[in-house]
Amino acid sequence: MSVNFDNVNVGDTMPKWSRKTSFAEWNRYAAVNEEFVPFHMDDEAGRRAGNEQGAFGMGNLRYAYIVNALHAWIGDTGVVREVGCQYRAINQKDDVLTVIGEVTDKRTEGGEQRVYLDINVVNQDGGATCPGHAVVALP
Amino acid sequence: MSHNRRIGDNVHWLKYTRQRGISQPMTDLTYVTDEMRAAQGRWGEPWTAPPITATDIRRWAMATFYPEQPPRIYWDADYAATTQWGGIVAPPDFNPFAWPVERPRGRGSPGLSGRRPDGKPLTGMNGGQTDTYGVPMRPGDVISARNRLVDWWEREGRLGHTLYVRSEIEWRNQDDELVRTRFSIGIRY
Repeated sequence: MSVNFDNVNVGDTMPKWSRKTSFAEWNRYAAVNEEFVPFHMDDEAGRRAGNEQGAFGMGNLRYAYIVNALHAWIGDTGVVREVGCQYRAINQKDDVLTVIGEVTDKRTEGGEQRVYLDINVVNQDGGATCPGHAVVALP
Repeated sequence: MSHNRRIGDNVHWLKYTRQRGISQPMTDLTYVTDEMRAAQGRWGEPWTAPPITATDIRRWAMATFYPEQPPRIYWDADYAATTQWGGIVAPPDFNPFAWPVERPRGRGSPGLSGRRPDGKPLTGMNGGQTDTYGVPMRPGDVISARNRLVDWWEREGRLGHTLYVRSEIEWRNQDDELVRTRFSIGIRY
């Protein structure tokens, strides 16, 4: 059953959405977003930028994962209205990133039925890398 | 806090950063330039991306959903015609401004022109963003953007003296419909 405004409640969690990230994911993202920044491509450049483990992933890709997780949850009948996040921790090579979200509010405004969520992207160690929020409109 | 949020509320970022113990620097060192002071709050000239194609959208979705297949709304025209959108739309995070043949001048990342005390150029990193979405982007759309420098602050952090720059960027389509408003934080150290 697809999600809709009436069957969503404050406290609900959206389904987790995960990707293991390394050069295969980062290079594809670099290719479409023209994001060939040396510290995303090269370990030595990553270390020069202050990350001892070398190259690291794009914040923008984690943002895309949040958007993708929201789409996986609301499908093609909902609308993503707003997404915001802060990049707090580095996305290291081979991290398994999981987007999580919890409903914090629902209300009718702007002629839409909107659902508010707290969002994060956690790594395999449970580290919260990307706290944020989202607003979706649901039928 | 969550319950008081309204769409378009970006201010909590700044508050959070300041609550995290982020104080004014103790030295006179600053990465803020006269160009930044002159530009603050002023919209720059708009610039325009090449028309979006269905292939741009498909490749974007394949990259961000890799290694799994992206949703059909991003590549299957027959399916997309049955949805509320009536056709293929781009993922909300799609960037039509990638790969310009000629990179527009004078709109580089703000706050990156300064130098570190050791004379090296500053490193720029993405601190985060909040996007509010209007109408979706579709194949054939021509998106124009304009941006402005909102404000900035500095602190001594893990990476040394660090400048945070907040910018606003607005995207509109060929019908002047609002596509996206982004507030982003650039980190310079």
